[in-house]
Amino acid sequence: MSILVLADLHEGQLAGATAHVVAATQAIGGDIDVLVAGEGVQAAAEAAAKLDGVSKVRVADNPVYAHQLAEPMGALLVELADGYTHVLASASTTGKNVLPRLAALKDVSQLSDVIAVDSADTFKRPIYAGNAISTVKSDDALKVITVRTTGFDAVGTSGSATVEAVDVVVENSQSSFVKEELAASDRPELGGAKVVISGGRGMGNGENFKLLDGIADKLGAAIGASRAAVDAGFVPNDMQVGQTGKIVAPDLYIAVGISGAIQHLAGMKDSKVIVAINKDDEAPIFQVADYGLVGDLFEILPEFESKL
Amino acid sequence: MKILVAVKRVIDYNVKIRVKADHSDVDLTNVKMAMNPFCEIAVEEAVRLKEKGVATEVVAVTVGPKAAQEQLRTALALGADRAIHIETDERVESLAVAKLLAKVVEDEQPGMVILGKQAIDTDNNQTGQMLAALTGLPQGTFASEVAADGDKVNVTREIDGGLQTIALTLPAIVTTDLRLNEPRYAKLPDIMKAKKKPLDVKSPADYGVEVASRVSLVKVESPAERKGGVKVASVDELIDKLKNEAKVL
Ligand SMILES: Cc1cc2nc3c(=O)[nH]c(=O)nc-3n(C[C@H](O)[C@H](O)[C@H](O)COP(=O)(O)OP(=O)(O)OC[C@H]3O[C@@H](n4cnc5c(N)ncnc54)[C@H](O)[C@@H]3O)c2cc1C
Ligand SMILES: Nc1ncnc2c1ncn2[C@@H]1O[C@H](COP(=O)(O)O)[C@@H](O)[C@H]1O
Repeated sequence: MSILVLADLHEGQLAGATAHVVAATQAIGGDIDVLVAGEGVQAAAEAAAKLDGVSKVRVADNPVYAHQLAEPMGALLVELADGYTHVLASASTTGKNVLPRLAALKDVSQLSDVIAVDSADTFKRPIYAGNAISTVKSDDALKVITVRTTGFDAVGTSGSATVEAVDVVVENSQSSFVKEELAASDRPELGGAKVVISGGRGMGNGENFKLLDGIADKLGAAIGASRAAVDAGFVPNDMQVGQTGKIVAPDLYIAVGISGAIQHLAGMKDSKVIVAINKDDEAPIFQVADYGLVGDLFEILPEFESKL
Repeated sequence: MKILVAVKRVIDYNVKIRVKADHSDVDLTNVKMAMNPFCEIAVEEAVRLKEKGVATEVVAVTVGPKAAQEQLRTALALGADRAIHIETDERVESLAVAKLLAKVVEDEQPGMVILGKQAIDTDNNQTGQMLAALTGLPQGTFASEVAADGDKVNVTREIDGGLQTIALTLPAIVTTDLRLNEPRYAKLPDIMKAKKKPLDVKSPADYGVEVASRVSLVKVESPAERKGGVKVASVDELIDKLKNEAKVL
């Protein structure tokens, strides 16, 4: 078996997600190549070469792959896919954007958000907001898979794969990059943080999210939010945790002013320890919380911060 | 321009499903069904583009059992002009749906196709991207803003790091994210009027598409249940438990 992993990039650097995808790949078994595509991605390629288990890093460094737009990325994968039995990417917004194009052009299905590998052709994936786990077997000649990173522990970085340039250049006149507004934050990234503290509609407004800052500073936590908090404009979309936002599984998840709708639970219920702070003692979030504290968040948060 | 909107009949988003005792699938008997919420957003966007004079006609299409006509009627009540039902009782995967939609695109020649980013039953998040690949049209996925201008459209996308805006040539494929708009409710008179709007019924065979898939469902299980824990009485007790019992502080 021979497997190609599409590396995830974050502002041109290798994103943490890739080490989890390589772990999923090791569970399948076989030779592992990593494709790093973008513009100015030499450093990312070198970082990918250090991931344990990788034999070869293939680098497509060209302006046409800048920002990893779907059309050129899909075309590049189609060019490179021959000879591989599996192509994997993380279930990031990039992986989700690009991989289905490869699957369609190869006339195979895609398995999304895989959380466990049973064998080289049989995988587990959540459906219905994680309220059921399906086991699916693919008889397609090429398996195209996106991986939910919380399902696999990251591989180490003591590898030394060879790095090789890929000179495939594709045309793209259909789509172009206009601009990006990326959230600037010194905090850990939501997907990889050991502690996450999230605020919901109960926070009342965006200003009040500052109440979470001091706690997050002390705990080295990432800050998340419910859909209601994002929809109301309290915080930006990239903070949404849930079925249709980010999936997190930290050691500690603290839900503040969040009721616990199934769509929110889908994004955090695999956390090791869950704390809920809510003034409604019947809020469904308490059914999944290891520790629940009933009360007014505006009183609890300052006290919590000062006593940490 | 004409806009094609793909809508899927799924379980209502408020329902918590159960797995069948024999683990063959989830149990959908007597479960409330509805239009996939992301498809509601897609219909709303198409109707708004028509109201703004950008679009001239909105065509809704679904692939699914007879009962999926309910969702097409909903789309018609919300403002779609006509509907196409590709009827099948099979479990149709995203790839087959995309192939069928590609045929409809060939017939209808829309200027834009709007789909949901994700169906909340299979949670696949694939069909729009596959349709774009099969038709050779550009894609703007996870859209929170769609600004059509002449033969181009700017799509602002919700990505992991924030927002990204891209420009696409038309025709193009767009998939909706939650912040694109807030769908309206259908009014009673519109629901009545929708009953008279044209609805064409087709079969996958009419389009020459084989819907069977090479992916089989081996089994479906319930996830490990989380047990609710304890309620603590104070911040002090919470910190104590986190330090000494859970050992996460
Ligand atoms: C298609 C679809 C996709 C969705 N995807 C997601 C998703 O990915 N993520 C997500 O989170 N949701 C998602 N949702 C939305 C979800 O159904 C809920 O509407 C949402 O999670 C509710 O957010 P909330 O808990 O912040 O708000 P609410 O349900 O309004 O809860 C607010 C809570 O705050 C508490 N509160 C209020 N004031 C205080 C106070 N002073 N002190 C303490 N507690 C207080 C209240 O008791 C209440 O429990 C989705 C919905 C749909 C239809
Ligand atoms: N059976 C179907 N009929 C019509 N549209 C569909 C169907 N399945 C998926 N779609 C469209 O594709 C979107 C994404 O679905 P998926 O890729 O399956 O998660 C949905 O929101 C619909 O717009």
